[in-house]
Amino acid sequence: MSDDDPMNITAGSSGSIDDRKNAAIRYVFFSCAFVTVLTTLGIILVLVQGSIEFFQHVSIVEYLTETEWSPVISPHSYGVLPLVWGTLVITIGSALIAIPVGTATAIYLSEYADPQVRKTVKPTLEILAGIPTIVYGFFALSFITPLIQRFYPETGTFNAAAGAIVVGIMIIPMVSSLSEDAMSAVPDDLRNAAYGLGATKFEVSTSVVVPASLSGVIASYILALSRAIGETMAVTLAAGMHPQITVDPLEPIQTMTAYMVQIGISDVSVGSIGYQSLFAVGLTLFVMTLSMNLLSLWIKSRYREEYQ
Amino acid sequence: MSTGNPFAEGTEDIARKRLIGRAFVAICFASTLVGIVALVALIADVLVESWGWVTWEFLTYPPSQVIENFLPGGRGAGIYPALVGSIFLIALTAVFTVFLGVGAAVYLEEYASENRLTSFIEANIANLAGVPSIVYGLLGLAIFVRSVQLGSSLIAGALTLTLLILPIVIVSTQEALRSVPDSQRQAAYGVGATQWQVIRDVVLPRALPGIMTGTILSLSRAIGETAPILMVGAATSLFVAPDGLTAPFSAMPMMIFEWASRPDPEFQHVAAAGIVVLLTILLLMNAVAILIRNRYDPRS
Amino acid sequence: MNTNGGGPRTVSKPKVSDDETSSAVAGDERRSGSRVVDPVIESRDLDVYYGDDQALHGIDMDIPERQVTALIGPSGCGKSTFLRSINRMNDLIDIARVEGDLRFHGKNVYDDDVDPVALRRKIGMVFQKPNPFPKSIYDNVAYGLRVQGKDVDVDEQVHTALERAALLDEVEDQLDSSGLDLSGGQQQRLCIARAIAPDPEVILMDEPASALDPVATSKIEDLVEELAESYTVVIVTHNMQQAARISDKTAVFLTGGHLVEFDDTNKIFENPESDRVEDYITGKFG
Repeated sequence: MSDDDPMNITAGSSGSIDDRKNAAIRYVFFSCAFVTVLTTLGIILVLVQGSIEFFQHVSIVEYLTETEWSPVISPHSYGVLPLVWGTLVITIGSALIAIPVGTATAIYLSEYADPQVRKTVKPTLEILAGIPTIVYGFFALSFITPLIQRFYPETGTFNAAAGAIVVGIMIIPMVSSLSEDAMSAVPDDLRNAAYGLGATKFEVSTSVVVPASLSGVIASYILALSRAIGETMAVTLAAGMHPQITVDPLEPIQTMTAYMVQIGISDVSVGSIGYQSLFAVGLTLFVMTLSMNLLSLWIKSRYREEYQ
Repeated sequence: MSTGNPFAEGTEDIARKRLIGRAFVAICFASTLVGIVALVALIADVLVESWGWVTWEFLTYPPSQVIENFLPGGRGAGIYPALVGSIFLIALTAVFTVFLGVGAAVYLEEYASENRLTSFIEANIANLAGVPSIVYGLLGLAIFVRSVQLGSSLIAGALTLTLLILPIVIVSTQEALRSVPDSQRQAAYGVGATQWQVIRDVVLPRALPGIMTGTILSLSRAIGETAPILMVGAATSLFVAPDGLTAPFSAMPMMIFEWASRPDPEFQHVAAAGIVVLLTILLLMNAVAILIRNRYDPRS
Repeated sequence: MNTNGGGPRTVSKPKVSDDETSSAVAGDERRSGSRVVDPVIESRDLDVYYGDDQALHGIDMDIPERQVTALIGPSGCGKSTFLRSINRMNDLIDIARVEGDLRFHGKNVYDDDVDPVALRRKIGMVFQKPNPFPKSIYDNVAYGLRVQGKDVDVDEQVHTALERAALLDEVEDQLDSSGLDLSGGQQQRLCIARAIAPDPEVILMDEPASALDPVATSKIEDLVEELAESYTVVIVTHNMQQAARISDKTAVFLTGGHLVEFDDTNKIFENPESDRVEDYITGKFG
């Protein structure tokens, strides 16, 4: 792994190159690339191993079907459904904001906006995705929740709605930018064909451009949803740490990620069931996001339209 | 006979569609504003809440449990250990990512042949980029903190963040390497250079601005990450900056989380002040990245 | 203005012989015939500008009904610009500006009370590159009908259009498969079917065969001649043999956006008035 050797090679005359040294350099670079494979293996190993330990104490059936989650405080209960529910509430709620807003933004930027406006607005919106998620958590506490409380005074400090709203804002640019890319890639030939048939601009946008870019648009939705599922700090601060299955968006909830934070900042000892539950929940989260990401890749490759 | 408008037919239908179209544009435009308004509201909220709380003392003092200490005329309290901790953390992460990220990208772009292993590695990198950051935190906790027994240390945090941003750095570095024209490589091979010489003397120097831009942008993502370092065990009540690789550390996002979770509403101002410092550093990093890109962009 | 009254376009034009080298006498007859019939499209002193560049200079042209009018000339001569000014596709280019009159049945299409969308419903278009939508064959052909809200039997109209475009036999069993799965020549015929399905009066064709192989090209050429029995066809081509084979009238544009000569095709190819046109046609330049 010494990277001194490659430096020495060219110090002398280039005529006396040692093949073994070249092979060593190649090996060093390969090792760097292989770190990414090790990372994946490490993630899977760590999650599976921790989960196996957890499931030695808790039955998988209980984990997947019980509706109470209280692994640390007695009476103990190990049903993950309230955490999954919390994650779903945030994911669906944020999707209800980001998908319509992001898609409409993409259509506006791709089909209607002046190129100069697009060049300014697109990166501006992308700032939203670059702001640390902890800032969104703060924004929810100091701005969104007080705003909700103005209309629903009984709303508590922590509520699912504020979490869904800030996560929704956060993922708008994922939808808008990736969808806009897909729409801009639709060749003008198709727009002209529709205009030539007496379509209005509205029809060209909605019945030609959007369907033609659908695979890219849907892939952007799934990526955004996957991001919402894995979102941690904003939902921890905004939606609270109260695992429960409720349909009231003004109630506090707990997502899988927020539970992991809760354990992370507490003094749970290694080897305890609380510590092990971290990995079981982590594995559940990992499987959910991984399947979303794979689905997105599959849709993109499966439905990629071949424009000449 | 010729005075009639041959286009009269269907005009009502078209007028109706144009009306729908106008409403549609209005909705799309309003949606575009939603994102922009949210961004403005977020920044305004942070600025308003932090107004008067970002002081010199805030930058140079350790945190305090007593809100009065943060106020002007108080004993002085702030974000200093976390600020220094974040800078150390990012510097260390930068060293690891540049080495691993550039190495991996060079392998994939310059050495790897198009075989199953290569496409597996590339697909794996794409998938890693979609793994939630808190999962990296679990990896860091189990491997670096526990197995390797680095403890909740600066280096464990940096290694965790390195793995987190590695996929992004590799992809952006690959793009930078790809932008180096093949003719440059051919020219170097033509005068008898070895592959390593070509990479070192021709490819890397040409790709350097792109590599730096991508790396800095990735690091600016790392500096705002909370969940991974939280799992690794970043501290919230440290009063000194870390003094070694294995020392416990704090970081700005962790401090902000701690302050924002306090029930005392006054601490919201402290959290906002911490956010201003964090966002300022982020802004500076992005500005440097954009500066490098604009300065050395071969297209401009 | 339409001397055929409100009748459907079933009256065929005077039979054009397949023999493209018909005598000058026949050409004269046809020319005199076209003078009797009022032109569908009249261009009067038409100027088109792209920003500060003038792309067309004072174009005067009468395009006869149910005949094939070919626009030929070297690239950059403005023939496509003229074609696109007929159905106001140039409106889609921000910097394009049109002056002068372009009349459709006597009505200037650039009048304020003309909606370009309504105009394009009367004047269909086929483009240089086949551009089917990434939809099924059926949906491609039905698109215009749906957009125009025509109160017709869509199924029947789709089949008729595909038949007229000489494509039905080849795709009858796969109407639900994507239009993009067809070969280039089939795609272009699909685009023609799509253009004629809403039954426009005029069909504009912008080098419709330039991206196709010779076999596909000859199919398109046959089709153009058949279409002229029911529609007025204006076709841009860079291929002079093609213009000679399929058109009744030919307009020669030469560099700088000037219409140099417009006459019966036979006259243009056998005895052009202008030396420049003769030079161009005989291949001395262009």
